[in-house]
Amino acid sequence: MIKASLRELSAALAQKKISSVELSTLFLERIERLNPTLNAFISVDRDKTLAQAGQADAAIAAGGAGALAGIPLAYKDIFCTEGWATTCGSKMLANFVSPYDAHVVQLLKAAGLVTLGKTNMDEFAMGSSNETSFFGPVRNPWDTAKVPGGSSGGSAAAVAARLAPAATGTDTGGSIRQPAALCGLTGLKPTYGVVSRYGMIAFASSLDQGGPMAKSAEDCALLLSAMAGFDPRDSTSLARPVEDYARDLDQPLAGLKIGLPREFFAEGMADDVRAAVDAALAEYRKAGAVTVEVGLPNSGLSVPAYYVIAPAEASSNLSRFDGVRYGHRAPEYSDLFDMYCKSRAQGFGAEVKRRILIGTYVLSHGYYDAYYLQAQKIRRLIADDFAQAFEHCDVIMGPTSPGVAFDVGAKSDDPVAMYLSDIYTIAVNLAGLPGMSIPCGFGAGGLPVGLQLIGNYFDEARMLNVAHRYQQATDWHLRMPEDI
Amino acid sequence: MQWEVVIGLETHAQLRTNSKIFSGASTAFGAAPNVQACAVDIALPGVLPVLNRAAVACAIRFGLAVGGAIAPRSIFARKNYFYPDLPKGYQISQYEIPVVSGGSLAIAVGQNDGRYEKTVQLTRAHLEEDAGKSLHEDFHGKSGIDLNRAGTPLLEIVTEPDMRSAAEAVAYAKALHALVQWIGICDGNMQEGSFRCDANVSVRPKGSDKLGTRREIKNLNSFRFMQQAIDYEVKWQIERIGDGGAIEQATVLFDPDSGETRAMRSKEDAQDYRYFPDPDLLPLEISPAWIAEVKSAMPELPAAMKDRFERDYQLSAYDAGALTATLATARYFEDCAAAAGAADVKTAKLCANWVMGELSARLNAAELDIAAAPLSAARLAGMIRRIADGTISGKIAKEVFDALWAGEAQDADAVIEARGLRQISDTGALEAIIDEVLAANPKSVEEFRAGKEKAFNALVGQLMKATRGRANPQQVNELLKQRLTGE
Repeated sequence: MIKASLRELSAALAQKKISSVELSTLFLERIERLNPTLNAFISVDRDKTLAQAGQADAAIAAGGAGALAGIPLAYKDIFCTEGWATTCGSKMLANFVSPYDAHVVQLLKAAGLVTLGKTNMDEFAMGSSNETSFFGPVRNPWDTAKVPGGSSGGSAAAVAARLAPAATGTDTGGSIRQPAALCGLTGLKPTYGVVSRYGMIAFASSLDQGGPMAKSAEDCALLLSAMAGFDPRDSTSLARPVEDYARDLDQPLAGLKIGLPREFFAEGMADDVRAAVDAALAEYRKAGAVTVEVGLPNSGLSVPAYYVIAPAEASSNLSRFDGVRYGHRAPEYSDLFDMYCKSRAQGFGAEVKRRILIGTYVLSHGYYDAYYLQAQKIRRLIADDFAQAFEHCDVIMGPTSPGVAFDVGAKSDDPVAMYLSDIYTIAVNLAGLPGMSIPCGFGAGGLPVGLQLIGNYFDEARMLNVAHRYQQATDWHLRMPEDI
Repeated sequence: MQWEVVIGLETHAQLRTNSKIFSGASTAFGAAPNVQACAVDIALPGVLPVLNRAAVACAIRFGLAVGGAIAPRSIFARKNYFYPDLPKGYQISQYEIPVVSGGSLAIAVGQNDGRYEKTVQLTRAHLEEDAGKSLHEDFHGKSGIDLNRAGTPLLEIVTEPDMRSAAEAVAYAKALHALVQWIGICDGNMQEGSFRCDANVSVRPKGSDKLGTRREIKNLNSFRFMQQAIDYEVKWQIERIGDGGAIEQATVLFDPDSGETRAMRSKEDAQDYRYFPDPDLLPLEISPAWIAEVKSAMPELPAAMKDRFERDYQLSAYDAGALTATLATARYFEDCAAAAGAADVKTAKLCANWVMGELSARLNAAELDIAAAPLSAARLAGMIRRIADGTISGKIAKEVFDALWAGEAQDADAVIEARGLRQISDTGALEAIIDEVLAANPKSVEEFRAGKEKAFNALVGQLMKATRGRANPQQVNELLKQRLTGE
């Protein structure tokens, strides 16, 4: 059962081979056993989960329940979930119990999915290794000395270790795709605006996008179909008809034009990653696809532009955490200003403070034009690069991350080295495009390598088709780490 | 040295929308603390703003009313600062591109001979959200926060530094206050903070074209305080410069108890608000069709209505101005004039006089708004018709008015009948009364014949007394003259 796809679970539930309570219990027991090592979950609540599973069973018995009803799902702890602690991996929100559900949570609950727990993450989604969490680092199930990637590292580790059939993640600069790559999963960041941000605690509003993390493209397609949709409470949500993202999964790939950005294949990529990516491209050519070289000449500017825009928005988004209405308030303070300073000094970790400082600096009087406006111009250039590239291809491919999972602690003292681990993913967020990572082999130390797929706006169904056909021909996505 | 005062005003008008500018919470005033603050207003993690189009419609109305340019695309920005009653740690406002640019407002300053008109140019008007309130009493040394007001839509209206005296500033504020109520975008309630002004005040030697350093007087919530505060501030600035001091740019507060202004913070503590476009909101796009839709629902504007009153009813500029001071007054007058038969300009003038005179005085005395007047425009018109057709005199009308005000009868005719106030215009009846009066006052008759004109008036007085004022004055004059001179 722990290896089963969502379709298989759905069938088993519908045919009463297993109940949602049994299935949920199975995963809760795995969490109980393996989470002390992995630290993938921040909150687990057996009673709440089983109560919800009981309701799902009743709905299935009554007939008319959705295809995903009764399947347990883990939520990144950035999604507000009513009645659950929603911490965003921070001491600041360690005591915050959300009084409402995020739009995504509402939709998935309505589809009958059962909340299995809240997964660990880099504090406020700021990190690429899941080491900045107030609740401690998450371990990579393939090698517990390694990081799982971040910021959705808890979700990635949970699904990779089969503590959950699937999970939600969020991606601001690669936070779904990079941990998916490092943990051997399939993860999808949709086009900006496809998934509502309402109830998803904001890091960088113009870049944040929620998406599924699962074992396969097919699972991602099913989950995305349940997560996506217009939400009037999010002004950046797009009013588009609801899509069945699984509709094109089996379309043949003959004639598919794959763009290979020469900048992605230049230096910087580790040899083991390059070998796995090249092999994957050969597999695609075998399936009838052709590869063409494309240029993304401004992609080298994406990391610096991102580290202006994302911290700028974050510095403002995180101002609401002031100790006044909810969240951490310093136990002692002399006056209002002191309360702000102490509450925020105590409530935020080092990486969050670093980004608040950077963001405050780049928005300051006299620096705004030199940093923020310049970064916005670069953002436009990067989007234009992609637009040009897509005139020559249907999908862009390359590595998700320059290397496989690194050691816990290896980069935690070097923020710039850490920031560069998102070098291939960040441009996608700046352009607002959809992107995926799928497992395409193993590198040094038997650690997974991810292949990144970048689609044109709203081409999620096509991307999922391209990923699914590859997964029909290979079995990388079915490999799982041995139980620790 | 002769000094010139330079004043620019920034006004925050609370917009009359049912819900807040970025959330669905109610904007009604006076609820228990924090019951009208929803998840968005208290800035829970993960919540997002959604623009209320009704607030934008108010801004469009204003732009049309002042002849400003309405931006086809304007941007909401975040103004970042920490304060306990600012839940998000930033205020959503408009910075670089406001919804309305330019426009102007005509004002009338002073009374009688000293009265003059002037046009104040507007710089811009932009949409923003209000903050909550910090309550410093009743919390035993701590502060309470009420977020009911947080997110209430505001239109901030900024003028050029066009005003040259406190009187001009007050005249502008009053005209703006009337206009925002006239076009229905603000309830104008200054006690509740629906309309508050900040005044930027500086002085310079007369003839200089360089602006002096300004100080900003914050939160003036009455016209009287505005006058007092600016007067004090101007005096203070002139004295300081006279003493060899320099004015430092500062924000000051007016203390109504002492009548003084005092500095709250200087320019050195000026905050860097780190404005940047709010990534949670799309640019505000206003189509020509939307503007046309708002325009079609606009009431006639006060300036246009004043011109029309002068033209159609042949009223003086002063009368037309007084009758268009508020939309309710103008509507009352027009309803009254229409019902009384305004085709006759004399009747229209009668209506104007009664509305501005007796009605206005009685409303003032009773502290009533014209909308709450105990007698309707139609009833007043009924009375005016009887003046116009000679059934009653203007003097008798006062008694009828009193009765109608007191609600004694449904209409003027009923009062006239019940009290027997109908004017005596029958020549035979009047002659009989004249006979009686002449017989009873031989002395006055003799005096008149001896050339004393005053005696004539005394006889008229006696006649009026005998008829309890009901005699048609014009006829009385003619008939009496005939009798006295014709014999």
